[in-house]
Amino acid sequence: MCTYETVCVCLEGSGKGPASWLRVTQATVYFDHPVHAMADHTLNIDLTDPSQGPSARIALELTAESARALVAAIQQALDAVPSELTHT
Amino acid sequence: MATSTVTITGHGGDDVQAYLARPEGDGSRGGVVVIHHMPGYDRATKEIVRRFAELGYDAICPNLYWREAPGAAPDDAAAVARAQGGVPDERLVGDVAGAAAYLRALATSNGKVGTIGYCSGGRQSVLAACNLDIDAAVDCYGAFVTGTPPEGSMRGNLVDQLPNLRAPLLGLFGAEDKYPSPEQVAELRDILAANGKVFEEHTYEDAGHAFFSVDRPAYRVAAANDGWERIAAFYGKHLR
Repeated sequence: MCTYETVCVCLEGSGKGPASWLRVTQATVYFDHPVHAMADHTLNIDLTDPSQGPSARIALELTAESARALVAAIQQALDAVPSELTHT
Repeated sequence: MATSTVTITGHGGDDVQAYLARPEGDGSRGGVVVIHHMPGYDRATKEIVRRFAELGYDAICPNLYWREAPGAAPDDAAAVARAQGGVPDERLVGDVAGAAAYLRALATSNGKVGTIGYCSGGRQSVLAACNLDIDAAVDCYGAFVTGTPPEGSMRGNLVDQLPNLRAPLLGLFGAEDKYPSPEQVAELRDILAANGKVFEEHTYEDAGHAFFSVDRPAYRVAAANDGWERIAAFYGKHLR
């Protein structure tokens, strides 16, 4: 199916694509058919800088299990950091 | 067969890129508007356009994401379009109208035009046939023609529009699909029957969503081959 459901979040950071680094200002997250991954559906994340055009994009297509593992890993890594380093 | 990239006049008078494939010869023939899936105006969709030319039709696929991302790679364009909320229904209808008008203006046109779409395009094929003078429509496993979209979904269903369906409809579905589920297909069948619409349908037991997609794990060769035969027969009946 196409879920038609898309979650957008504003970000601040950088990412690296095949050509170069780019500023990442937005993430689009959705569960839908992948372009490349060999699965019927994947959790897809587009890390983008819309001001730089459509190709300024780092794309991830992860199985649901992989996406949950990634979420847990991110949370684990953040939890291990002293809070004074992550408060801005 | 000859293929080219052309510009059509879409919704609001906008220039929209489109992929065109035409059989050789000057004989009179019907046309097919192919509506691409959410992943965009991609290689697989262009192969489908060429297949319709091979079947004897002038076929065209408008790039529904042309406005958001002209010239971008199909996957990048799809990402931009999704981030911006997708293709509004009104705009889709206008773009398909422009594609149909383009086909009917060809010297080879017999005046008949069909639509076909896969996945989100299946819903949009039905949407177009509810709003435009189309001669035959094909819905390949379009989600939310009926049924209730999840809360927050970008699109509603077409239940209130189905009484306005102007063309015979062929629906091809997978029994293992959840969107549309067999229950949602049954709802579609019941609504169209209650409104006296022509609806041919087939649900394949050993198939789920996207069984026509030759480049995806969902591909089911038996269902896809049979589906293509049914599409050829349906268009042969209504577009010749």
